[in-house]
This record gives sequence, structure tokens and C-alpha cells, in this order.
Amino acid sequence: MSAAPVQIPAVGRPKPLKVPPTEERTLRNGLRAIAIRRSTVPRAEIRLRIPAGGVYDTGDGTRARLVPETLLGGTGTRDSVAIARDLQRLGASLDAGADSDDLVVRGGGLAGNLPGLLELLAEVVTDAAFPADEVAIARDRVAQEIIIQRSQPSALASEALRARLFGKHRYGRPMPDPDAVRRIGPAPLRRFFEQRVLPRGSAIVIVGDMTPAKALDAVEGALGGWKGRSQLDKPSAPAPASIGRPTVLVARPGAVQTTIRLGGPALSRREDGFFSLALAVMVFGGYFSSRLVKNIREDKGYTYSPNTMLDHRRRASALIINADVGTEVTAAALLEIRYELGRMAASMVPQEELDQARRYLAGATSLAVQTQAGLASYVDGLVAAGVGLDFLRDFRRNLEAVTPKDVQDAAIRYLTPRGLQTVLVGDPAAVSTTVGAFDDLEQR
Amino acid sequence: MPRPKTTLTFPIERTTLDNGLRVVMAPDRSSPAVMIAAYYDVGFRSEPQGRTGFAHLFEHLMFEGSVSLEKGMHDRLVNGNGGIMNGSTRNDFTNYFEIMPSNALELGLFLEADRMRGLRLTEQNLAAQVAVVKEEVKVNVMNQPYGGFPWLFLPMALFETWPNAHNAYGEFADLDAANLDDTVAFFDRYYAPGNAVLALTGDIDPDATMRLIEQHFAGIPARDVPPTVDASEPVPSSERREQRVDPRAPQPAIALAYRTPDPITAFDEYCALILAGSILGDGDASSLHQRLLKRDRLASHLSAEVGLVAGTFEVRGPSMFQIAVWHPAETDAEQITKAIDEEIDVLADGVDAEELDRFRNAYLADLLGAIDNLMARGMLVAATEQQRGRAELINEIPAALAAVTPEQVAEVARTWLRPHQRALLEWQAGGGR
Repeated sequence: MSAAPVQIPAVGRPKPLKVPPTEERTLRNGLRAIAIRRSTVPRAEIRLRIPAGGVYDTGDGTRARLVPETLLGGTGTRDSVAIARDLQRLGASLDAGADSDDLVVRGGGLAGNLPGLLELLAEVVTDAAFPADEVAIARDRVAQEIIIQRSQPSALASEALRARLFGKHRYGRPMPDPDAVRRIGPAPLRRFFEQRVLPRGSAIVIVGDMTPAKALDAVEGALGGWKGRSQLDKPSAPAPASIGRPTVLVARPGAVQTTIRLGGPALSRREDGFFSLALAVMVFGGYFSSRLVKNIREDKGYTYSPNTMLDHRRRASALIINADVGTEVTAAALLEIRYELGRMAASMVPQEELDQARRYLAGATSLAVQTQAGLASYVDGLVAAGVGLDFLRDFRRNLEAVTPKDVQDAAIRYLTPRGLQTVLVGDPAAVSTTVGAFDDLEQR
Repeated sequence: MPRPKTTLTFPIERTTLDNGLRVVMAPDRSSPAVMIAAYYDVGFRSEPQGRTGFAHLFEHLMFEGSVSLEKGMHDRLVNGNGGIMNGSTRNDFTNYFEIMPSNALELGLFLEADRMRGLRLTEQNLAAQVAVVKEEVKVNVMNQPYGGFPWLFLPMALFETWPNAHNAYGEFADLDAANLDDTVAFFDRYYAPGNAVLALTGDIDPDATMRLIEQHFAGIPARDVPPTVDASEPVPSSERREQRVDPRAPQPAIALAYRTPDPITAFDEYCALILAGSILGDGDASSLHQRLLKRDRLASHLSAEVGLVAGTFEVRGPSMFQIAVWHPAETDAEQITKAIDEEIDVLADGVDAEELDRFRNAYLADLLGAIDNLMARGMLVAATEQQRGRAELINEIPAALAAVTPEQVAEVARTWLRPHQRALLEWQAGGGR
């Protein structure tokens, strides 16, 4: 088909990112509360973040994992069914989980019932009872979940990569042993809860169809009486990973794909140079129009959905490259990934390519915070990282300051074949000879 | 407790261009973003016999260059102006969309018009996308324990006719057999403007947007529109059972599927079944959760929902109600289905009004949360306009759910959730790594 000359419509400047009305207050018990108005639907979203995640579990990690799983299993006055039914009456839901740093209760519901939802949340975080039968059910369920998760190649790869990056630190051992999970009883969970699920150091974010000041009053009314002081212990950051170690090959005989992961250290959102690195990640493999997607998906058809991302924990950030490729093209795909990494370091990114990535990252971030849930999770993520809310306000301006030279400097430090650890999950019989031609392999 | 607000009032405007393209708009100016979605009336159900996976493969080709744009330009223009794009193939449609900052509205319209006008199909791009689609099937199904459970395999067990029961992701032999002539013919047949709905949701001024739509789309010539696929088939008269062995799954699972009232012509009953499904399987308070996970401890996890992979409300023709249960090797399908049958019998005997209200309340609150997302909202608007000519459904669902009575819920359970009408998929665990 012959292409007639066409005029691609011009695009004006985007409207500025408006951060909606926000109020913040720290209660006398130390709880930090942030409320933001967004009235798109008659709902409100809640995120309560408590420093009681994996890093605070000095044992085998089972307590930090199971306390949130049984948090909604009953209080002094309500059993688990009563809690579930009361949430339905409120048109609301609550769900608790833990990451390596924090215990997080996520939820939301009809905005008109926000005070009632906060009362219920307060009852749960002050008076969870950990009934023996609920604990017994939860530990079996969690053990099964871990076993199922470990059957997934992506989880196997992630576990092996984290162990490489963070060693014996909790960040390197995110999943507890299922047998240990099956053995735990209510008493240690209650102790962990009493020592750790406390207001100081915790933060609640509310985004929804309500007046921020009124939402904060409701928080104060419901959670103002939450008491107790945690010990001010500071879990350590993981030691930096050593470089130049062999590539890990986790054996999965007969696998039709190889699950490729590369990872290394990265800058946190608090550090100088973060925006340069964020844009280097975008240009390399962070979005559909990136170099990695063009090369190994669009040109060669090796993989469906390769991507590159920054993974932020409070005490360390990591850069992670993902690609699940056909077994027969494993070595070829690895070579192309490293070629694109090397190209980032070896030459400056053209201005137009950088501008595209910059506009994408600014636009995608604006889109991500347009829902109540998206904005709540974004702000909660900033709170988790210890980053101020002005990060979002200044985001676009900070991106605009980055030059091609800045991106190359970031790539030289963080996006190098030499500095990244490689993990493969796949069929050793099919891949070890070819990959072994250019990598030392450590087979598991 | 006072009943909080759950109503939705998105304005809906529609028009049809001379070439047959139907346009629907749902303006909402609260955020500076717009979703531009083109829905074509072609999905898994349209695939010819022997061409499994072709609709989805074709979806990939719609990103490989169009009349005025080389391969890669579409993506760079969307991403490079701060937008995201994707496409998906479902039972009754294939969709393409951009979510852009609203200053890029005209660019998005230009991009959709350009590929509605025609594609640049080459042997090389076709071969690359056949490879990409095969890697997609591998990562989502073949290389992953529980891959395709139950969404891909359960309809194959419940249904018997080709449109509903073939492998929608595609057999590799069929994907490999795709040639350029087929793709040209497929585009001609299914990608006519009269076979599409263009939906605009978000930060738009309807009058100004309508002028831009005329400017970009009105010049695309009209073509014949294929007849709508008739995917109707009788409800099973005896239980259908299938087993699949998953060599690397560490624990077995089962899935049950039941047919439903027609999602369009029997919408009130369909809503009653949604709430019946909710009472059975939605969350910790649901009867199956209490029975299977708590009281009898037969299972470790369950899910239940009405709809196909397209969603609950984005289905035309036969839909299904599905229950998926993950259980330890010590319990078996017979015990679990017996317990499920007993809980369905309880529901069929009658529902407490207070109980129904609780589940309805929770369902509505979740639905409002989902609709807050521009992508989810734009998809609902587009699919309901494409399938029902009624994008207003987005505003009508809360009232339709509110009108469901306890007696209707019991009645749909009695009529539709009988053991002899269902399919049972047993997912057997091989336990290897």
C-alpha cells in the first residue's frame, strides 16, 4: 500500500499535574495521617502502613507473614464472620498483608461509611485476638500458597535473584519455609502483634470523596486511642552485593521457556541522580517503545513481555530486568540484553529518544494517580520510602532537568553487563552449553 | 445505617457516521486524560474452524504499521506523548485503545483512524508476531503451573460448539499456518467501520470531539458488515467432566462451570445470578468460603464469578458462572462438589433479605471502585455499546442490582445451578518441578 503524505496531528502541552487538596496531621500517639480529596466515585481508599514487616521478624519470618493473615480473624468482641459481615454492611473491604518492611492494611469502601470503617480498622489493630482455630486455618493456607508460589518459574527466579542481591538479609529471604509456617501457634503471633503493631512510626493514607479535614477528624476519633510504644530498633540495610559472580541456573528440566532475570543495586527516590536513572531504565527497557522491547520482542520475537523496573524497599533499591524467552533462544536473548545494556553505557542517548521516555514517564505517572486507589497506593509508596509528598508535585520538573549525559552516567553506574547478577530458570540440558560459552554457571 | 450514595450519572452521547462507524462518548472532565477505544465485532467466537487463535494473532498485527505509519511509529507516538496503549481479544470483540493526556486526543483519533483505513502487512512482521504470540502462550499457559486454569480450559469443558469451546489462545500448528492472504481477508471482513464502535471516555468536549471524529473517520469507505455470530447452544443435560494433568502443579484444583441466563435479553435474571454467585463465593462471609475453607477445611483457596474472560457485563451470548477451588491432595473432587451442591441447595431454599443486602452492598462498592479507573470505565462503556447499543448500562447496573429480590436469587439457583447442568474440570497435580 503506498503511503500518502500525512499530517500527524500536533500535540499541545499537557495540562499541569494537579495534586488535589491534601491535609496532614500527626496524632499524639505518633500516627501520621494524610487525607486527600478525590471525588470521582462515592468511595474512599485507605492504606495503613505499620513498621511490622519481615525485617522486624528476627526469627524465621513466619510471624511477620502470619500476623497480617490472621489480623482480621477476630477481636475481643467480634469473630471473623462478624468482621466480614460488618464490612459488607459498610460496603467496604479490608485486606492485610506484609512486605519486607511493613505490615500494610489496604481497604476502602463507600465514602459515607468512612467513620464506621475506621472504627472497625481501629478495633482490629488494637484488639486482634488471634483465635487458635483461625490461626490453624491461616497457617495451612499460607503454607499452601508458598508451595504454589514456589512452583512458578517467576517466583523461583525472583527468590534466586534476591538471594544474590541481598544475601542473608531479610530482603534476600522473602518467603518463609512452609513447614515452619505450619508449626506456628497463636502465642508468638500475639507477642509480635503486641510489640510491633503500634502507632509510632505508622502512617495512614485516605483518598476519597470527603473533606480531608473531616477524614482526619474521623481518623483521630477512631485511632487516637491506639496506644503503645515500640522499641526504636532500626533494622540494618543489606550489605552491597559483590559483583562478578557466576550466573545462577535453576534447573527446570523440560521447560519450554527460560525465565531470565538480571538485577543489581539502584538509587532510591531520595538520592541525587534518581531521575537520571529512572529515565535510563525507561530508555533501556521500561516501556513498550524501549530498546529492549524493540530488539528482543518486535524485531526477533524471542519473548512476549520483557520489562525493566526499579524495585524500592525502604533500606535498598534494586534494578530488575525480566524476560521469559523461548528455551532455544536463551543464549541469543541474553546476548541481546547485554548488547543493549552495553549500548546504554557506551553512547549517549539521542535527545528525541530521551524526550519520548520523559514524556511517557510523566504521562504514565499522571495516569497512575488519577484513581482514588492509584493515588492512595502512590502516596502510600512515598510514605513507605520516607519520601515527601512534594515528590509527586516536583516530578515533572525533575524529569525535565535530566540531560543525555546524565542518562549515560547513570547507565555506566547501574546498567552494565558487569554490575548485574544474572539468574536463569530453565532446562539445563538445553541451555547450559550455549550460555556456558560466555558465562560461568552455577547450577541449582 | 443510612444508605450511602451508590448512583452513577455519566452522561452518554452517541452518533453513527455515514460509513456505519458507531461513536459513543462518556465525558468526565475530572482528570486531564482521555481513553480512545476502538471495539471491533470479532472475537474468539468468530474464528473459522481450524484457525484457533487467529483473532488474537491478528490483534498483534494491528500494531505493526498502518496506512501512514511505519512499524513502531504508533507505539512511539502514544508513549512519546505520555500515553499508554494496548489491545485485547475476547469472546465477542477485539479492542484497541489509547489512554492519553487529553491534549493528545486528536493524535489518538488519527492513530485509530489510520489503522482502520488499512494495515502494512508483511511476511516478516507476521512471522515475528507468530513467534511473539507463541511465547505469550508459553509464559501464560505452558511454562506456568496452573496456566490457563480455569479461564482457558473451563469453557472448553462447559461448551460443545466451535465458537464457544475451541482453544481461544490457539494451537501452535494453527498459528504457524497463518499466511498473509488470510490476514488481508480477515481485515477486509471484520475491520470495516460498520463493524466497529469508537468509544471516547474521559476529558473531552463532546461537540469539539465529534468534529475531530468526522474529520478523521468519515473518509474511511463503508464496507459490508459480517453477520453477528450465533454462539447459542443448549444448556447441558448431564454433567460434563474433564481431567487435565499439570505435571508441575504441587496441589490439585477443581473448577465448576454453570450456564447463566442470557446477559442481555435476561439482564434482570443475570443480575440475580451475579448476586447468587456473590453469596456463594465472594469473600470471607460467603457460604462456600465458610463451608469449604473454615468448617470442613476441604480446600485452601476459592474464587467464584459470573462471566467469561471478557468480564461479567462485556459478554454477548452464552456466559457462565464459575467456581474454582484449590485443595490439598487429601481431599477430592467428590467431597468438594458434594459440599458445593449442599450450599447451593441452601441458597435455592431461600435467601435472607439482610444477607442479600450485605452481599449487594459489597458488590456495588467494589464495582464503584473498578469504575473509578478510566480504563475499566472506558471498556465497559465501549463493550456495552458494541453488544447492546446501550452504554447507559454503566449508570443502570446499580439500580438493576438493587432491584434483585431474595426470591429471584433463590429462583436462579434452583433453575441454573443444578449438578446435571454443569461442567467439572479436575486439575490433577503432577508435583514435579
